[in-house]
Amino acid sequence: MIRRLSPPLIVFAILVYLFLLGPLVIVIGAALSDTTYLTFPPQGLSLRWFEKIFEMSAFRRTIVTSLQIAFASTTLALLIGIPAAYALNRYRIVLPSWLSTLFVLPVLVPEIVLGFSLLRSVQVGAGVPVLIALLLGHTLIVLPYCVRVISASLASFDFSIEEAAISLGSPPAKTFFTIVLPNVRSGVIAAFILAFITSINDVSVSLFLTGPGISTLPIQILAHVEQFFDPVVASVSVLLMLLTVAVMVVVERTLGLTFLAK
Amino acid sequence: MTATAPLSLANLTAHYGATKVLDDLSLEVGAGELVSLLGASGCGKTTTLRLIAGFLAPTRGSIRLGDTDLTALPAHKRNIGLVFQNYALFPHLSVLDNVAFGLKQRGIATSEREARARRMLDRVGLSALADRLPGALSGGQRQRVALARALVIEPPLLMFDEPLSNLDAKLRIDMRVEIRQLQRANGTTSVFVTHDQEEAFSISDRVAIMDAGRIRQLDTPEVLYQRPANAFVARFVGFENLIDLRVTARDGARVTAEGAGGATVTLDQDQLGAIPDRFVLATRPDGLRVATGETGLPCTLGLRTYLGRAYHYQAETPVGPVTASGPLSQPLEPGGTAWLAPDPEQCCILPPEPA
Repeated sequence: MIRRLSPPLIVFAILVYLFLLGPLVIVIGAALSDTTYLTFPPQGLSLRWFEKIFEMSAFRRTIVTSLQIAFASTTLALLIGIPAAYALNRYRIVLPSWLSTLFVLPVLVPEIVLGFSLLRSVQVGAGVPVLIALLLGHTLIVLPYCVRVISASLASFDFSIEEAAISLGSPPAKTFFTIVLPNVRSGVIAAFILAFITSINDVSVSLFLTGPGISTLPIQILAHVEQFFDPVVASVSVLLMLLTVAVMVVVERTLGLTFLAK
Repeated sequence: MTATAPLSLANLTAHYGATKVLDDLSLEVGAGELVSLLGASGCGKTTTLRLIAGFLAPTRGSIRLGDTDLTALPAHKRNIGLVFQNYALFPHLSVLDNVAFGLKQRGIATSEREARARRMLDRVGLSALADRLPGALSGGQRQRVALARALVIEPPLLMFDEPLSNLDAKLRIDMRVEIRQLQRANGTTSVFVTHDQEEAFSISDRVAIMDAGRIRQLDTPEVLYQRPANAFVARFVGFENLIDLRVTARDGARVTAEGAGGATVTLDQDQLGAIPDRFVLATRPDGLRVATGETGLPCTLGLRTYLGRAYHYQAETPVGPVTASGPLSQPLEPGGTAWLAPDPEQCCILPPEPA
């Protein structure tokens, strides 16, 4: 069935896309500018601001830190989130309903509040080193995504499949790895990606927890903009965007993006 | 070929939280016998099955299979073949790997387990689909795979949890016959849970009719259908008319009994067996005949429905509303007066229901 789209709808759709994509186009343009200040449209084309990123040790260091924190916090959140999501779904009837809300709490509390309270309690209060505090903070903010996404996967998992495996002689723990996990694999991968991107892009919590000598990329961008107004920030932003796009492409190739929308 | 064993449940009581779902249930299933647990949802039939499988722990009581006490044994060590309502196949494994799964857990080498799984798939007529994923199969095929997967481990006990409920009517009957044939051929002790009376009666050696966590009657389908032991079972198997009566006179084998409103019925103990002073007369609609002969229970006829072999009438009597039947040759008009005579061949005498 072919339906004709009404002209106002087409105009509206174009406006929405412009609103979504416009800023990205401007950032990419600014990053490629040959000038020493941020400008759009770009004047002259150059990749020198991309080279500049890697010449500045602060950016090199914070890119590495951001990747480390993102990997570590996502892994940690999955280690907590997978068993939590499993228990919340498997024992839904006997568990109190507020328990599942508990795991979403970190996204409901304003991140500024979360960052500040982590600074007070973990860093200042307990004297935890900066890197560990960052790791804990990020784990906390990405955990809700892990629990939610994996829960959604498990909600459509038929637990009688698990019982069938057990009745055929597979011990419960082994059954979890050979039967349950392979069937929520797409959920686990989606959770990993969402969590990873959330961690890489986080500003609010990191702002409170970064300390002398240790910072993450978004915080470094912020600090840089405060002092300089050169296209380096734009090129770093493009780099961050490319990283996100790369992750999405990997997902699209392995699973198809549609499942993220489920 | 299979080492089969009798199943024995003794005084099983189970709770979900504070709710008692199984109340002192005892059941013996002989070696090679197929016993159905039949009842409405919430009667405890699935709970019983889950207790035997080891997915639930009883509050009290014991479960024995042959010489083995299963009560405290973890579910994965019980060696019971289970067939689920929704098939419960492993979606990420091929049909062959699904069937071979149980053998793999038993440490059987790849080549042998594949050979055995293929033989079993052959028996259920699915060898051509061995490499497919379960998602590519129809409902009937999936249930055959599930059956093969449960049978291939040669369990001493097979259990079915409403295995045919998700299939369409025609397939349900075919599968029912197939399950029974395979079960007979293997001689495996079996427990079959269903809410479908026809299914239970057609497939079972004996049927346990359950209600509120207890077995109300356990017997062969023939006995249950013709001689229910109590009002609950009688209603369950279609004795729609239950009439409370009290004996007023005995004359040899002939007994005159009176019900509410002073209505009297005369019954013959030679045909119906001993009749106690207070009893319930149970009949199906076909066992309560409408006549114009002015003997029996007087009634006012209500709605008439045509059933092909007879007419059924909703009738008002002094003892309450009943459903009766009349011959096709003589349709009677609603609103008229008639008399109802119980057909002793299709009646039974039950103890009075506790108030």
